[in-house]
Amino acid sequence: MSDVEGLDLGVFNAGDADTMTIATDKPREGDSAPTYEPRGPLSTQLMAALATTPETGEGMLASFVPAVERVLGSTRDVIRDEDIQLALFVLYSVHYGGKGSADPAWEWNPVTIAARVAIEKVFERELRLRVPVAALPPAKAHSVAAALFELAREDSGPSLSQYVARTASREQLVEFLVQKSIYTLKEADPHSWAIPRITGRAKAALVEIQADEYGGGRAERMHSEIFAGTMRLLGLDPAYGAYVDNVPALTLASFNMMSMFGLNRRLLGAIAGHLAAFEMTSSVPNRFYGNGFRRLGFGPDATWYFDEHVEADAVHEQIACRDLAGSLAEDEPRLLDDIMFGARACLMVDGWVADDIRAAWASGKSSLRRAAPGGDRGAS
Amino acid sequence: MIVACPDGPLLVRGEVDIFSTTGEEIQQNRKTIALCRCGVSTIKPFCDGSHKLVNFRTEPPEPEATT
Ligand code: FES
Repeated sequence: MSDVEGLDLGVFNAGDADTMTIATDKPREGDSAPTYEPRGPLSTQLMAALATTPETGEGMLASFVPAVERVLGSTRDVIRDEDIQLALFVLYSVHYGGKGSADPAWEWNPVTIAARVAIEKVFERELRLRVPVAALPPAKAHSVAAALFELAREDSGPSLSQYVARTASREQLVEFLVQKSIYTLKEADPHSWAIPRITGRAKAALVEIQADEYGGGRAERMHSEIFAGTMRLLGLDPAYGAYVDNVPALTLASFNMMSMFGLNRRLLGAIAGHLAAFEMTSSVPNRFYGNGFRRLGFGPDATWYFDEHVEADAVHEQIACRDLAGSLAEDEPRLLDDIMFGARACLMVDGWVADDIRAAWASGKSSLRRAAPGGDRGAS
Repeated sequence: MIVACPDGPLLVRGEVDIFSTTGEEIQQNRKTIALCRCGVSTIKPFCDGSHKLVNFRTEPPEPEATT
């Protein structure tokens, strides 16, 4: 026990006040403005405003929410709309912090929040429309786990990993890492938003998984860090956001979906289901990905990320399906619907991402919006 | 604590030392580990999810419903 007498109780005398600075007005080092290449009117207007502080920038967003509504009303597909998905990605970055996150004073600004909520409404509705409907399992941990394993088994997923294992060129491996970097450099973060919102055994399960994702107390074992190491070994820049301009809307949408599920308490079931599906379709594909890098002569340093996931996700999938998603459904049966929705949405959207990459490669093209500078492609 | 996962590995929580039959200690990289019990893992003694590819079953299959 500490000696109470000796504790700093946070009482400042008048003299201290002069030297105190209010930290909230000051962006942390690294909280830089988003400077991605705009993809349409929304991302142009938003990033111009976010380059400043709310005091100066709010005026620049005066017509922003109506503009968002207009674009949402006319888009052919909100999930693949480059301008909308980049704008949403930037709006979430304000919550995550770090590179491209703008001045933190923007985080709870009524205009940026209203814009985010407007996009989320249409994005979520579209996901719910397109996720295949199916009968729900009983709200019992073992039934939910069995249903999730069945979903994962039906998932057409392994084709991209098999292509990487057997056929992909070095340039395609680089491209694969660029695509993956949008989520993986923040691996586990979107699901961590759920921790304070969940209780009991489901919370214990979520924290057990996340602790392992974050390296079990060793920073160098953090999955995002291990991935950054693989990027470096292939000549890529692991700074967050370095390749946002290179990836198409759908890749951003996959990450935006996780951020939406994680940041909205009403979607707690969906983020739990998402994590379960993600973990349950990971260990086997990662073995194939690792094999692809080995086939092209990369050593254990480069394949560590994939090898780590083969072992880790074989553990995580067991915890995620029964102790996280299963227990949550059992303890809060009203969340069952969204648990299954989140799992299906994960498999659906990530299935599309994989299909698009495969289709581009099959026709001899790049799956990126533009070739990645650096890496082995060496373009631009 | 060990949890026998249906159609899958043994989930082990808490400190255990694992040795090969020749007495070398097997390194563990995480607090909770999954030990393969289907026999086909490529990273034995740990599970790598391969049990799903070989349809490993720990329970006898449900009798087929007759129509
Ligand atoms: S029990 Fe999972 S690979 Fe054997």
